[in-house]
Amino acid sequence: MNVATLYGLCAAVLIGIGLYGLIVLPHPLRKILSFNVVGSGVFMLFGALAKRGADASMSADPVPQALLITGIVVAFSATALAVALVVRVIEVSGSATLSSEAPAKGKPETSGPS
Amino acid sequence: MIATAASAGLALLLVALAVWTVVARDALVAISGFIAYGLLIALVWVRLSGIDVALTEAAIGGGLTGALLIGAAARLRSTEAAAHAERCGATTRIVALLLSAAVTLALVLCVFALPHPAPSLASAVQDNIASTGVGNPITAVLLAFRAMDTLLEAIVLVIALLGVWSLGPDRAWGGRPGIRYTADPNGILAYFARVLAPIGVVIAIYIFWAGADHPGGKFQSATLLAAMWLLVQMAGLADAPPIGRRSLRVGLVVGPLAFIAVGFIGSFASGAFLSYPDGWAKPLIIVIEAALLPSLTLVLGLLLAGAPARESSK
Amino acid sequence: MSTAVDLFTCISVGLGAVFFLAGSLGLLRFPDAYTRLHALTKADNLGLALVVIGLLPQAGSLAAGLKLIVIWLLVLLSGAAVSQLIARAARANERRG
Repeated sequence: MNVATLYGLCAAVLIGIGLYGLIVLPHPLRKILSFNVVGSGVFMLFGALAKRGADASMSADPVPQALLITGIVVAFSATALAVALVVRVIEVSGSATLSSEAPAKGKPETSGPS
Repeated sequence: MIATAASAGLALLLVALAVWTVVARDALVAISGFIAYGLLIALVWVRLSGIDVALTEAAIGGGLTGALLIGAAARLRSTEAAAHAERCGATTRIVALLLSAAVTLALVLCVFALPHPAPSLASAVQDNIASTGVGNPITAVLLAFRAMDTLLEAIVLVIALLGVWSLGPDRAWGGRPGIRYTADPNGILAYFARVLAPIGVVIAIYIFWAGADHPGGKFQSATLLAAMWLLVQMAGLADAPPIGRRSLRVGLVVGPLAFIAVGFIGSFASGAFLSYPDGWAKPLIIVIEAALLPSLTLVLGLLLAGAPARESSK
Repeated sequence: MSTAVDLFTCISVGLGAVFFLAGSLGLLRFPDAYTRLHALTKADNLGLALVVIGLLPQAGSLAAGLKLIVIWLLVLLSGAAVSQLIARAARANERRG
Protein backbone atom coordinates (compact mmCIF):
# COMPACT_ATOMS: atom_id res chain seq x y z
CA MET A 1 0.00 0.00 0.00
CA ASN A 2 1.37 3.40 -0.78
CA VAL A 3 2.15 6.00 1.81
CA ALA A 4 -0.98 8.07 1.18
CA THR A 5 -3.32 5.15 1.89
CA LEU A 6 -1.29 4.17 4.96
CA TYR A 7 -1.59 7.60 6.49
CA GLY A 8 -5.23 7.87 5.45
CA LEU A 9 -5.94 4.77 7.52
CA CYS A 10 -3.79 6.07 10.38
CA ALA A 11 -5.77 9.31 10.27
CA ALA A 12 -9.06 7.40 10.48
CA VAL A 13 -7.84 5.59 13.60
CA LEU A 14 -6.64 8.85 15.17
CA ILE A 15 -10.03 10.47 14.57
CA GLY A 16 -11.71 7.53 16.30
CA ILE A 17 -9.36 7.70 19.29
CA GLY A 18 -9.85 11.44 19.64
CA LEU A 19 -13.63 11.07 19.40
CA TYR A 20 -13.60 8.48 22.18
CA GLY A 21 -11.55 10.80 24.38
CA LEU A 22 -13.82 13.74 23.58
CA ILE A 23 -16.90 11.83 24.79
CA VAL A 24 -15.44 9.97 27.75
CA LEU A 25 -13.04 12.35 29.50
CA PRO A 26 -14.74 14.53 32.12
CA HIS A 27 -12.40 17.52 32.43
CA PRO A 28 -13.00 20.25 29.78
CA LEU A 29 -9.26 20.72 29.17
CA ARG A 30 -8.89 17.01 28.33
CA LYS A 31 -11.82 17.35 25.95
CA ILE A 32 -10.03 20.19 24.20
CA LEU A 33 -6.93 18.00 23.99
CA SER A 34 -8.92 15.14 22.44
CA PHE A 35 -10.52 17.60 20.05
CA ASN A 36 -7.04 18.60 18.90
CA VAL A 37 -6.24 14.93 18.31
CA VAL A 38 -9.37 14.67 16.12
CA GLY A 39 -8.30 17.84 14.31
CA SER A 40 -4.83 16.54 13.59
CA GLY A 41 -6.35 13.32 12.29
CA VAL A 42 -8.58 15.27 9.92
CA PHE A 43 -5.58 17.27 8.71
CA MET A 44 -3.62 14.08 8.13
CA LEU A 45 -6.48 12.64 6.10
CA PHE A 46 -6.57 15.77 4.01
CA GLY A 47 -2.81 15.52 3.57
CA ALA A 48 -3.13 11.95 2.35
CA LEU A 49 -5.57 13.23 -0.27
CA ALA A 50 -3.03 15.90 -1.24
CA LYS A 51 -0.31 13.29 -1.60
CA ARG A 52 -2.51 11.26 -3.91
CA GLY A 53 -2.73 14.27 -6.20
CA ALA A 54 0.99 14.13 -6.99
CA ASP A 55 1.96 14.27 -10.62
CA ALA A 56 5.08 14.64 -12.72
CA SER A 57 5.81 18.23 -11.76
CA MET A 58 5.12 18.21 -8.03
CA SER A 59 5.32 15.53 -5.40
CA ALA A 60 2.00 16.54 -3.84
CA ASP A 61 -0.99 18.69 -4.71
CA PRO A 62 -0.21 22.11 -3.23
CA VAL A 63 -3.78 23.46 -3.01
CA PRO A 64 -4.98 21.16 -0.18
CA GLN A 65 -1.66 21.66 1.61
CA ALA A 66 -2.06 25.43 1.52
CA LEU A 67 -5.61 25.03 2.87
CA LEU A 68 -4.16 22.85 5.62
CA ILE A 69 -1.74 25.55 6.71
CA THR A 70 -4.72 27.88 7.05
CA GLY A 71 -6.57 25.14 8.93
CA ILE A 72 -3.78 24.50 11.43
CA VAL A 73 -3.53 28.19 12.28
CA VAL A 74 -7.30 28.59 12.65
CA ALA A 75 -7.48 25.42 14.78
CA PHE A 76 -4.88 26.93 17.09
CA SER A 77 -6.91 30.12 17.44
CA ALA A 78 -10.03 28.07 18.20
CA THR A 79 -8.10 26.11 20.84
CA ALA A 80 -6.85 29.36 22.37
CA LEU A 81 -10.40 30.71 22.57
CA ALA A 82 -11.68 27.42 24.05
CA VAL A 83 -8.93 27.36 26.66
CA ALA A 84 -9.63 30.98 27.61
CA LEU A 85 -13.34 30.10 28.00
CA VAL A 86 -12.59 27.07 30.19
CA VAL A 87 -10.21 29.06 32.42
CA ARG A 88 -12.77 31.83 32.80
CA VAL A 89 -15.64 29.42 33.56
CA ILE A 90 -13.56 27.73 36.25
CA GLU A 91 -12.49 31.08 37.69
CA VAL A 92 -16.10 32.21 37.98
CA SER A 93 -17.81 29.02 39.08
CA GLY A 94 -15.03 27.34 41.01
CA SER A 95 -15.47 23.90 39.51
CA ALA A 96 -14.75 22.26 36.19
CA THR A 97 -18.00 20.39 35.86
CA LEU A 98 -19.95 20.40 32.61
CA SER A 99 -23.00 18.78 34.17
CA SER A 100 -26.14 20.87 34.41
CA GLU A 101 -26.72 20.65 38.17
CA ALA A 102 -25.42 23.53 40.24
CA PRO A 103 -22.13 22.71 41.98
CA ALA A 104 -22.92 21.22 45.35
CA LYS A 105 -19.69 22.19 47.05
CA GLY A 106 -18.06 25.57 47.37
CA LYS A 107 -19.48 28.96 46.62
CA PRO A 108 -18.86 30.32 43.16
CA GLU A 109 -16.10 32.85 43.52
CA THR A 110 -16.74 36.15 41.87
CA SER A 111 -13.91 38.11 40.38
CA GLY A 112 -15.38 41.50 39.73
CA PRO A 113 -18.43 42.58 37.79
CA SER A 114 -18.49 40.55 34.61
CA MET B 1 10.47 -1.61 1.46
CA ILE B 2 12.37 -0.07 4.34
CA ALA B 3 10.61 3.22 3.68
CA THR B 4 7.21 1.53 3.98
CA ALA B 5 8.26 -0.20 7.19
CA ALA B 6 9.47 3.12 8.61
CA SER B 7 6.19 4.81 7.64
CA ALA B 8 4.17 2.00 9.19
CA GLY B 9 6.25 2.19 12.38
CA LEU B 10 5.67 5.93 12.56
CA ALA B 11 1.92 5.44 12.08
CA LEU B 12 1.82 2.85 14.89
CA LEU B 13 3.78 5.16 17.18
CA LEU B 14 1.31 7.96 16.49
CA VAL B 15 -1.66 5.74 17.32
CA ALA B 16 0.05 4.64 20.55
CA LEU B 17 0.75 8.26 21.53
CA ALA B 18 -2.85 9.26 20.78
CA VAL B 19 -4.13 6.42 22.98
CA TRP B 20 -1.75 7.53 25.75
CA THR B 21 -3.00 11.11 25.45
CA VAL B 22 -6.54 9.89 25.98
CA VAL B 23 -5.97 7.40 28.82
CA ALA B 24 -3.34 9.26 30.87
CA ARG B 25 -4.65 10.22 34.30
CA ASP B 26 -2.77 13.45 34.82
CA ALA B 27 -3.43 16.36 32.47
CA LEU B 28 0.23 17.42 32.27
CA VAL B 29 1.25 13.88 31.32
CA ALA B 30 -1.38 13.84 28.58
CA ILE B 31 -0.21 17.22 27.28
CA SER B 32 3.42 16.06 27.19
CA GLY B 33 2.28 13.11 25.11
CA PHE B 34 0.37 15.50 22.88
CA ILE B 35 3.45 17.66 22.26
CA ALA B 36 5.47 14.59 21.25
CA TYR B 37 2.53 13.56 19.07
CA GLY B 38 2.51 16.96 17.36
CA LEU B 39 6.22 16.77 16.60
CA LEU B 40 5.89 13.25 15.17
CA ILE B 41 3.05 14.41 12.95
CA ALA B 42 5.54 16.91 11.50
CA LEU B 43 7.59 13.87 10.46
CA VAL B 44 4.48 12.39 8.84
CA TRP B 45 4.10 15.58 6.84
CA VAL B 46 7.64 15.19 5.55
CA ARG B 47 6.72 11.68 4.39
CA LEU B 48 3.64 13.16 2.68
CA SER B 49 5.82 15.72 0.83
CA GLY B 50 4.35 18.71 2.63
CA ILE B 51 7.41 20.51 4.02
CA ASP B 52 5.59 23.82 4.59
CA VAL B 53 2.83 22.01 6.44
CA ALA B 54 5.45 20.12 8.48
CA LEU B 55 7.03 23.42 9.55
CA THR B 56 3.62 24.85 10.47
CA GLU B 57 2.59 21.72 12.37
CA ALA B 58 5.83 21.57 14.35
CA ALA B 59 5.65 25.25 15.20
CA ILE B 60 1.93 25.76 15.87
CA GLY B 61 0.53 22.28 16.45
CA GLY B 62 3.39 21.03 18.57
CA GLY B 63 4.89 24.17 20.03
CA LEU B 64 2.27 26.86 20.52
CA THR B 65 -0.67 24.56 21.25
CA GLY B 66 1.46 22.64 23.74
CA ALA B 67 2.54 25.82 25.49
CA LEU B 68 -1.07 27.03 25.61
CA LEU B 69 -2.33 23.77 27.10
CA ILE B 70 0.49 23.49 29.65
CA GLY B 71 -0.24 27.02 30.85
CA ALA B 72 -3.93 26.19 31.20
CA ALA B 73 -3.28 22.84 32.92
CA ALA B 74 -0.98 24.49 35.44
CA ARG B 75 -3.73 26.97 36.31
CA LEU B 76 -6.42 24.30 36.51
CA ARG B 77 -4.57 21.69 38.58
CA SER B 78 -6.93 22.06 41.50
CA THR B 79 -10.00 21.12 39.49
CA GLU B 80 -8.67 17.83 38.21
CA ALA B 81 -9.56 15.74 41.23
CA ALA B 82 -13.15 16.93 41.22
CA ALA B 83 -13.48 16.29 37.52
CA HIS B 84 -11.99 12.83 37.92
CA ALA B 85 -14.63 12.00 40.51
CA GLU B 86 -17.39 12.43 37.97
CA ARG B 87 -15.98 10.27 35.23
CA CYS B 88 -18.59 8.39 33.29
CA GLY B 89 -19.68 4.80 33.73
CA ALA B 90 -19.30 1.71 31.63
CA THR B 91 -22.34 2.24 29.38
CA THR B 92 -21.12 5.63 28.20
CA ARG B 93 -17.71 4.17 27.54
CA ILE B 94 -19.11 1.29 25.51
CA VAL B 95 -21.35 3.59 23.49
CA ALA B 96 -18.42 5.96 22.89
CA LEU B 97 -16.24 3.03 21.84
CA LEU B 98 -18.88 1.81 19.38
CA LEU B 99 -19.38 5.29 17.99
CA SER B 100 -15.64 5.85 17.54
CA ALA B 101 -15.25 2.44 15.90
CA ALA B 102 -18.12 3.24 13.54
CA VAL B 103 -16.61 6.58 12.57
CA THR B 104 -13.20 4.97 12.03
CA LEU B 105 -14.72 2.22 9.93
CA ALA B 106 -16.65 4.72 7.81
CA LEU B 107 -13.47 6.73 7.19
CA VAL B 108 -11.48 3.58 6.33
CA LEU B 109 -14.11 2.66 3.77
CA CYS B 110 -13.91 6.18 2.35
CA VAL B 111 -10.13 5.93 2.07
CA PHE B 112 -10.42 2.68 0.14
CA ALA B 113 -13.20 4.08 -2.03
CA LEU B 114 -11.21 7.10 -3.23
CA PRO B 115 -11.20 7.48 -7.00
CA HIS B 116 -8.26 6.39 -9.14
CA PRO B 117 -6.66 8.38 -10.75
CA ALA B 118 -6.79 11.01 -8.03
CA PRO B 119 -8.12 14.44 -9.05
CA SER B 120 -5.45 17.03 -8.65
CA LEU B 121 -4.86 20.73 -9.15
CA ALA B 122 -1.07 20.36 -9.23
CA SER B 123 -0.88 20.74 -13.01
CA ALA B 124 -3.08 23.85 -12.92
CA VAL B 125 -0.81 25.39 -10.28
CA GLN B 126 2.29 24.43 -12.24
CA ASP B 127 0.94 26.05 -15.42
CA ASN B 128 0.13 29.37 -13.76
CA ILE B 129 2.85 29.73 -11.16
CA ALA B 130 5.19 31.68 -13.45
CA SER B 131 2.81 34.63 -13.50
CA THR B 132 2.91 35.01 -9.72
CA GLY B 133 6.67 35.50 -9.51
CA VAL B 134 7.16 33.15 -6.55
CA GLY B 135 8.80 29.76 -6.78
CA ASN B 136 7.18 27.98 -3.85
CA PRO B 137 3.81 26.58 -5.02
CA ILE B 138 2.35 26.71 -1.49
CA THR B 139 3.12 30.44 -1.23
CA ALA B 140 1.65 30.96 -4.68
CA VAL B 141 -1.56 29.20 -3.65
CA LEU B 142 -1.77 31.02 -0.31
CA LEU B 143 -1.12 34.51 -1.62
CA ALA B 144 -2.15 34.47 -5.25
CA PHE B 145 -4.57 31.72 -6.19
CA ARG B 146 -6.45 31.51 -2.90
CA ALA B 147 -5.56 34.84 -1.37
CA MET B 148 -9.12 35.31 -0.17
CA ASP B 149 -8.71 32.37 2.23
CA THR B 150 -5.55 33.90 3.71
CA LEU B 151 -7.27 37.27 4.12
CA LEU B 152 -10.22 35.71 5.91
CA GLU B 153 -7.86 33.65 8.06
CA ALA B 154 -6.03 36.79 9.21
CA ILE B 155 -9.38 38.39 10.07
CA VAL B 156 -10.53 35.24 11.92
CA LEU B 157 -7.36 35.34 14.02
CA VAL B 158 -8.06 38.93 15.08
CA ILE B 159 -11.68 38.06 15.89
CA ALA B 160 -10.53 35.08 18.00
CA LEU B 161 -8.20 37.45 19.85
CA LEU B 162 -11.13 39.79 20.50
CA GLY B 163 -13.04 36.81 21.85
CA VAL B 164 -10.21 35.94 24.22
CA TRP B 165 -9.92 39.56 25.34
CA SER B 166 -13.64 39.78 26.02
CA LEU B 167 -13.29 37.02 28.62
CA GLY B 168 -11.34 39.19 31.02
CA PRO B 169 -13.09 40.73 34.00
CA ASP B 170 -14.39 44.25 33.42
CA ARG B 171 -11.97 45.95 35.76
CA ALA B 172 -8.99 44.51 33.83
CA TRP B 173 -10.13 45.70 30.40
CA GLY B 174 -7.23 47.49 28.75
CA GLY B 175 -4.74 45.96 31.15
CA ARG B 176 -1.98 43.45 30.71
CA PRO B 177 -2.71 39.75 30.18
CA GLY B 178 -1.29 37.01 32.32
CA ILE B 179 1.01 37.39 35.29
CA ARG B 180 4.21 39.33 35.58
CA TYR B 181 6.93 36.74 35.27
CA THR B 182 9.96 37.29 37.43
CA ALA B 183 13.20 35.42 37.10
CA ASP B 184 16.66 35.91 38.45
CA PRO B 185 18.25 38.41 36.02
CA ASN B 186 21.55 36.56 36.37
CA GLY B 187 19.97 33.14 36.20
CA ILE B 188 19.85 30.56 33.49
CA LEU B 189 16.44 31.50 32.07
CA ALA B 190 17.41 35.13 31.53
CA TYR B 191 20.68 34.03 29.95
CA PHE B 192 18.85 31.58 27.72
CA ALA B 193 16.36 34.22 26.59
CA ARG B 194 19.14 36.72 25.88
CA VAL B 195 21.06 34.22 23.76
CA LEU B 196 18.22 32.47 21.97
CA ALA B 197 15.91 35.38 21.17
CA PRO B 198 18.21 37.14 18.67
CA ILE B 199 19.08 33.82 17.02
CA GLY B 200 15.38 32.99 16.80
CA VAL B 201 14.59 36.36 15.23
CA VAL B 202 17.29 35.89 12.58
CA ILE B 203 16.04 32.38 11.77
CA ALA B 204 12.47 33.66 11.60
CA ILE B 205 13.35 36.44 9.16
CA TYR B 206 15.24 33.88 7.07
CA ILE B 207 12.23 31.55 6.99
CA PHE B 208 10.03 34.51 6.03
CA TRP B 209 12.32 35.57 3.21
CA ALA B 210 12.99 32.06 1.95
CA GLY B 211 9.27 31.32 1.82
CA ALA B 212 9.03 32.84 -1.63
CA ASP B 213 10.99 30.07 -3.30
CA HIS B 214 11.59 27.40 -0.66
CA PRO B 215 9.45 25.93 2.09
CA GLY B 216 8.74 28.60 4.64
CA GLY B 217 6.59 31.67 4.78
CA LYS B 218 4.99 34.13 7.11
CA PHE B 219 3.00 31.74 9.31
CA GLN B 220 6.01 29.73 10.41
CA SER B 221 8.04 32.90 10.76
CA ALA B 222 5.36 34.66 12.81
CA THR B 223 5.10 31.65 15.11
CA LEU B 224 8.83 31.71 15.73
CA LEU B 225 8.79 35.44 16.43
CA ALA B 226 5.83 35.05 18.80
CA ALA B 227 7.67 32.23 20.59
CA MET B 228 10.77 34.39 21.04
CA TRP B 229 8.57 37.21 22.37
CA LEU B 230 6.98 34.84 24.87
CA LEU B 231 10.39 33.51 25.92
CA VAL B 232 11.54 37.05 26.62
CA GLN B 233 8.37 37.67 28.65
CA MET B 234 8.75 34.47 30.65
CA ALA B 235 12.34 35.33 31.49
CA GLY B 236 11.12 38.55 33.02
CA LEU B 237 13.02 40.67 30.53
CA ALA B 238 9.85 42.29 29.19
CA ASP B 239 6.26 42.47 30.26
CA ALA B 240 3.14 41.68 28.27
CA PRO B 241 1.84 44.91 26.72
CA PRO B 242 -1.44 46.37 27.99
CA ILE B 243 -4.12 45.53 25.47
CA GLY B 244 -5.44 49.08 25.50
CA ARG B 245 -2.24 50.45 24.04
CA ARG B 246 -2.93 52.19 20.75
CA SER B 247 0.24 51.04 18.97
CA LEU B 248 -0.57 47.43 19.80
CA ARG B 249 -4.05 47.69 18.33
CA VAL B 250 -2.75 49.44 15.21
CA GLY B 251 -0.15 46.71 14.78
CA LEU B 252 -2.85 44.06 15.02
CA VAL B 253 -5.00 45.46 12.23
CA VAL B 254 -2.35 46.81 9.85
CA GLY B 255 -1.90 43.39 8.29
CA PRO B 256 -5.53 42.65 7.36
CA LEU B 257 -6.07 46.29 6.35
CA ALA B 258 -3.07 46.24 4.02
CA PHE B 259 -4.36 42.99 2.56
CA ILE B 260 -7.81 44.50 1.94
CA ALA B 261 -6.23 47.62 0.43
CA VAL B 262 -4.23 45.50 -2.01
CA GLY B 263 -7.44 43.69 -2.82
CA PHE B 264 -9.16 46.93 -3.73
CA ILE B 265 -6.16 47.99 -5.80
CA GLY B 266 -6.67 44.78 -7.71
CA SER B 267 -10.37 45.40 -8.20
CA PHE B 268 -9.70 48.84 -9.69
CA ALA B 269 -6.68 47.83 -11.76
CA SER B 270 -7.71 44.45 -13.11
CA GLY B 271 -11.38 44.03 -12.46
CA ALA B 272 -11.59 41.56 -9.59
CA PHE B 273 -10.97 41.84 -5.84
CA LEU B 274 -7.50 40.54 -4.96
CA SER B 275 -6.45 40.08 -8.56
CA TYR B 276 -2.93 41.27 -9.25
CA PRO B 277 -2.15 43.42 -12.32
CA ASP B 278 0.35 41.85 -14.71
CA GLY B 279 3.92 42.11 -13.50
CA TRP B 280 2.84 43.50 -10.12
CA ALA B 281 2.21 40.16 -8.48
CA LYS B 282 5.54 39.71 -6.72
CA PRO B 283 5.79 43.26 -5.27
CA LEU B 284 2.18 43.16 -4.05
CA ILE B 285 2.75 39.75 -2.48
CA ILE B 286 5.81 41.08 -0.68
CA VAL B 287 3.82 44.08 0.58
CA ILE B 288 1.07 41.82 1.92
CA GLU B 289 3.51 39.45 3.60
CA ALA B 290 5.53 42.27 5.17
CA ALA B 291 2.35 43.83 6.56
CA LEU B 292 0.96 40.52 7.80
CA LEU B 293 4.11 39.39 9.59
CA PRO B 294 3.93 41.81 12.56
CA SER B 295 0.17 41.41 12.83
CA LEU B 296 0.40 37.62 12.91
CA THR B 297 3.22 37.76 15.46
CA LEU B 298 1.19 40.00 17.74
CA VAL B 299 -1.97 37.91 17.36
CA LEU B 300 -0.27 34.59 18.04
CA GLY B 301 1.65 35.95 21.02
CA LEU B 302 -1.43 37.60 22.52
CA LEU B 303 -3.62 34.52 21.95
CA LEU B 304 -1.12 32.61 24.05
CA ALA B 305 -0.97 35.31 26.72
CA GLY B 306 -4.72 35.10 27.29
CA ALA B 307 -7.36 37.39 28.66
CA PRO B 308 -6.36 40.62 30.43
CA ALA B 309 -5.87 39.94 34.11
CA ARG B 310 -4.12 42.94 35.61
CA GLU B 311 -5.73 46.32 35.86
CA SER B 312 -4.31 49.00 33.66
CA SER B 313 -2.34 51.52 35.56
CA LYS B 314 -4.10 54.65 34.40
CA MET C 1 33.25 5.97 -2.80
CA SER C 2 29.61 6.69 -2.28
CA THR C 3 28.98 3.31 -0.66
CA ALA C 4 31.72 4.06 1.84
CA VAL C 5 30.08 7.39 2.57
CA ASP C 6 26.67 5.73 2.93
CA LEU C 7 28.17 3.11 5.23
CA PHE C 8 29.68 5.83 7.40
CA THR C 9 26.28 7.57 7.54
CA CYS C 10 24.53 4.36 8.53
CA ILE C 11 27.04 3.53 11.26
CA SER C 12 27.06 7.02 12.70
CA VAL C 13 23.29 7.44 12.66
CA GLY C 14 22.93 3.94 14.10
CA LEU C 15 25.25 4.81 16.99
CA GLY C 16 23.30 8.00 17.54
CA ALA C 17 20.10 5.95 17.64
CA VAL C 18 21.69 3.72 20.31
CA PHE C 19 22.32 6.81 22.43
CA PHE C 20 18.72 7.92 21.94
CA LEU C 21 17.54 4.48 22.99
CA ALA C 22 19.75 4.63 26.08
CA GLY C 23 18.39 8.07 26.93
CA SER C 24 14.78 6.88 26.57
CA LEU C 25 15.45 3.78 28.69
CA GLY C 26 17.00 6.00 31.33
CA LEU C 27 13.97 8.29 31.23
CA LEU C 28 11.67 5.36 31.84
CA ARG C 29 13.69 3.36 34.35
CA PHE C 30 15.62 5.79 36.53
CA PRO C 31 14.09 6.56 39.93
CA ASP C 32 13.99 10.34 40.19
CA ALA C 33 14.11 13.55 38.18
CA TYR C 34 17.85 14.20 38.50
CA THR C 35 18.99 10.82 37.20
CA ARG C 36 16.44 11.02 34.41
CA LEU C 37 17.80 14.40 33.33
CA HIS C 38 21.27 12.89 33.39
CA ALA C 39 20.12 10.15 31.01
CA LEU C 40 18.34 12.58 28.72
CA THR C 41 21.36 14.80 28.21
CA LYS C 42 23.16 11.84 26.67
CA ALA C 43 20.53 11.71 23.96
CA ASP C 44 20.70 15.44 23.35
CA ASN C 45 24.45 15.86 23.25
CA LEU C 46 26.07 12.70 21.95
CA GLY C 47 23.11 11.11 20.23
CA LEU C 48 22.22 14.14 18.14
CA ALA C 49 25.92 14.88 17.50
CA LEU C 50 26.45 11.40 16.05
CA VAL C 51 23.33 11.72 13.90
CA VAL C 52 24.47 15.13 12.62
CA ILE C 53 28.00 13.88 11.93
CA GLY C 54 26.54 10.96 10.04
CA LEU C 55 24.34 13.25 7.94
CA LEU C 56 27.07 15.76 7.13
CA PRO C 57 28.48 13.83 4.14
CA GLN C 58 24.94 13.57 2.76
CA ALA C 59 24.31 17.31 2.92
CA GLY C 60 24.39 18.81 -0.55
CA SER C 61 26.49 21.86 0.21
CA LEU C 62 28.60 23.56 2.85
CA ALA C 63 25.67 25.78 3.78
CA ALA C 64 23.42 22.79 4.43
CA GLY C 65 26.13 21.15 6.55
CA LEU C 66 26.57 24.33 8.58
CA LYS C 67 22.82 24.48 9.12
CA LEU C 68 22.88 20.94 10.49
CA ILE C 69 25.61 21.91 12.95
CA VAL C 70 23.71 25.05 13.97
CA ILE C 71 20.65 22.86 14.66
CA TRP C 72 22.77 20.65 16.92
CA LEU C 73 24.17 23.68 18.78
CA LEU C 74 20.70 25.15 19.32
CA VAL C 75 19.39 21.83 20.67
CA LEU C 76 22.41 21.70 23.00
CA LEU C 77 21.70 25.22 24.22
CA SER C 78 18.01 24.69 24.87
CA GLY C 79 18.58 21.22 26.35
CA ALA C 80 21.15 22.52 28.79
CA ALA C 81 19.04 25.50 29.86
CA VAL C 82 15.87 23.44 30.27
CA SER C 83 17.67 20.70 32.22
CA GLN C 84 18.98 23.29 34.67
CA LEU C 85 15.52 24.79 35.08
CA ILE C 86 13.87 21.40 35.62
CA ALA C 87 16.50 20.36 38.14
CA ARG C 88 16.09 23.62 40.00
CA ALA C 89 12.31 23.24 40.04
CA ALA C 90 12.62 19.64 41.28
CA ARG C 91 14.92 20.83 44.07
CA ALA C 92 12.49 23.58 45.04
CA ASN C 93 9.65 21.04 45.08
CA GLU C 94 11.68 18.75 47.34
CA ARG C 95 12.45 21.55 49.77
CA ARG C 96 8.84 22.62 49.87
CA GLY C 97 7.23 19.25 50.43
